[in-house]
Amino acid sequence: MTIREYARPETAEEAWQLCQKRQNVVMAGNMWLRMQRRAVGTAIDLSGLGLDFVRERDGGFELGAMATLRELETHPGLEAAYAGAFARALSPIVGVQFRNTATVGGSVFARFGFSDVATLLLALDARVRLYKGGEMPLEAFQRAPFARDILLSVFVPGGAQGVGYHAMRRSATDFPVLAVAAAQTPGGLRVAVGARPARAQLLCAQEREWSDARRAEQLQGMAFGSNMRATADYRRAIADVLVRRAVRDAMEGKQDAD
Amino acid sequence: MRIELTLNGQRVCADMPADATLYELLRAQGMKSVKCGCETTNCGLCTVHLNGRPVLSCSQLAARCAGAEVVTLEGLQDEAQLLAQCLADEGAEQCGFCSPGLVMNVLAMAHELRSPTPEQVDRYLAGNLCRCTGYMSQRRAIAKYLKMREEGAR
Repeated sequence: MTIREYARPETAEEAWQLCQKRQNVVMAGNMWLRMQRRAVGTAIDLSGLGLDFVRERDGGFELGAMATLRELETHPGLEAAYAGAFARALSPIVGVQFRNTATVGGSVFARFGFSDVATLLLALDARVRLYKGGEMPLEAFQRAPFARDILLSVFVPGGAQGVGYHAMRRSATDFPVLAVAAAQTPGGLRVAVGARPARAQLLCAQEREWSDARRAEQLQGMAFGSNMRATADYRRAIADVLVRRAVRDAMEGKQDAD
Repeated sequence: MRIELTLNGQRVCADMPADATLYELLRAQGMKSVKCGCETTNCGLCTVHLNGRPVLSCSQLAARCAGAEVVTLEGLQDEAQLLAQCLADEGAEQCGFCSPGLVMNVLAMAHELRSPTPEQVDRYLAGNLCRCTGYMSQRRAIAKYLKMREEGAR
């Protein structure tokens, strides 16, 4: 990747104006962006917008788009409110040095299929806040076409009774072969499956009658794909196991080893 | 573009292209301990401390580091000496290419975690890859170092 100019806007409006040009690109952590083959006009660095925060709001947490994965992983408030699921989901990602720079906004906005954080946030019924697009459920954002907008923050509602997270990796620190997050929310059981390898999708959103038959039926309706890490059939087979484990943890409020 | 930052306690003003990484800036400043091993933001060889936190300098845009405090192994020679001795005693170095990155991350860990368990150590250092040692000698050396460091602090 080459960059002709660098800009660190001080307002979201300025960042938004800059990102309307096709050759310009918004830069969050620059973990994956740097590996793309492209000639960037202006790299728009969001680190001047004060978005590197994690704060409590309305019984939940607002995560600034530039909060790092490491900040989420080590935040005592998030640890207490979501049964340690953030640490569990994020700590296997590459290394501490990587997670000190990778941002929640970067992973969510890019809609990476392999995103552990997006999988967990989807199960927690998170909402994204965009500068022009306003607030919307992460689920809707995941399905929406790419828009030239600035992701400001992600709101994670509170009230989850239990949260489970199970992912499978071929080797430590690698991308997940499959990732599953389950949360017992006030609306019912919510389960998200990520790294299918396409972007994370909900298996169920407000499930109150959870059973083996329901799980089998829902998994039957979910699409899985093949890539260099696993075939679609393999993913489907382990999805059944990981979903069961994540749901058990969410129901029982405990965390077992994978 | 001109980038001003503090490097190992000294104010530095570097003239770098807009797409230069912190890694490239550091090499241009003669910081030869900082290596690039993988080009895929993975191996940990380019680890430096940015405002007190270990980061991969290969993925940091140099321009973003304007005004920041950067520390490389060159700036931590005294603190690194005991760890280097432990690594040598355990035969934990072969080609030595990955050692500066590992040392920087071990020192960051020693600053951040108090009496880490072996599992916490493994987790903290999982992002430092070494293709020679198989890690066992490194783990012994690091356990020894942490123990000696703690005893020294008492």
